[in-house]
Amino acid sequence: MKVLYYPGCTLKTSAKNFEDSAVASLKVLGVDLVELERWNCCGTVYSLASDDLMHKVAPIRNLIRVKEQSNGDDRVVTLCSMCYNTLKQANEFFKEDEESRDKINNFMDREIDYNGDVEVLHLLTLLKEEIGFDNIGKKVKNKLSNLKVASYYGCLLLRPQNSAIDNAENPTILEDLFTSLGIDTVDFPYKNECCGSYNTVNAVDLVVERTYKIINSARSFGANIIATSCPLCQFNLDRRQKDVKDKYYDFEEMPVVYFTQIMGRAFNVKRKSLGFDLNYIDPVPLLQENF
Amino acid sequence: MAELVDKISELSGQNLDACYQCGKCSGGCPSVAQMDMLPNQVIRLLQIGLPELALQCNTIWICASCYMCTVRCPRGIDLSKIMEALRQVNLRENLDYMKIKEIKEEDIFILPQIALVANFRKQTA
Repeated sequence: MKVLYYPGCTLKTSAKNFEDSAVASLKVLGVDLVELERWNCCGTVYSLASDDLMHKVAPIRNLIRVKEQSNGDDRVVTLCSMCYNTLKQANEFFKEDEESRDKINNFMDREIDYNGDVEVLHLLTLLKEEIGFDNIGKKVKNKLSNLKVASYYGCLLLRPQNSAIDNAENPTILEDLFTSLGIDTVDFPYKNECCGSYNTVNAVDLVVERTYKIINSARSFGANIIATSCPLCQFNLDRRQKDVKDKYYDFEEMPVVYFTQIMGRAFNVKRKSLGFDLNYIDPVPLLQENF
Repeated sequence: MAELVDKISELSGQNLDACYQCGKCSGGCPSVAQMDMLPNQVIRLLQIGLPELALQCNTIWICASCYMCTVRCPRGIDLSKIMEALRQVNLRENLDYMKIKEIKEEDIFILPQIALVANFRKQTA
């Protein structure tokens, strides 16, 4: 199966390991992620002001690229939670607000008219609904029996309601995936709370406090690794542990990886494709069996 | 001041008077500890006609649009949009909240693009 895929900026740089591990794992599942041609930045955050149509142009332009390249299969898969949310919300807006849709279509006079009919999917939805967690379980080569994974959803996979891939208060899609891979999961109360997001640029202490709380909570419920789907959550929870350690001397570090890295390891994908060198806290000792 | 409140209501598309001050937004907000004004207090300021105070608090900048309050509000108010409207009123006066000089030097090389783009989009004019 071939599916169009929108990477976004960060998957080409600091989250290259997210892209590589997803592409390699999906190959095992018989899915070819075909990168969208001529994609542009999605805008990262969805504009919420009622009169701000200009910032809808960037995400919509990507969806027009999908229309042009889809050969009838009008779907696009994203990995980054922020891209997913921005594209999805812009698409929902286009479906609902006819007047604004016309305005934006007229403004982009060199593009084909778009009416919101592309389906924006997160990879987790594709795994659950198209491939099926049962089938994913059949491909497991490594039993990662010493992992206790805490799934961290963050905000943008779950909220707002029109772009949620799962229940906003008690999501289980990541846990269900890990269970199908034969991996132990732990539930913890911070799994759907914000990590501080872009405050990491100019309010580092806020993110340090969030990271400290989130990781300590996961540990108190028995986790030894955290899995996420957002490159910004990953940065805040992983890289900012250095700053947490500077502030709280008794803090114990915990590796934070993308869910695709764990899936790839379970499928015994080549180590090079999993890119653990980009993770700040080294997860390799935990995943070492036959590595 | 009534004009300013109307503008905020229009930019956010929200009925500010619908809020009955239950505080559920503030109870669920993960960043509330760093805020100098609780989210429900920000709305209260708008209800009683003190929008200039709402525009000055750090709450509107700390809010990173995680939508926790939005999905929980029993009155169906989208607080994320109110916070965005308050940011926008400031930014449209050409006032940057974020100063590039504030970025730590060692961070410039490691921050992911999505952090920088999102921050600039939300906090610079």
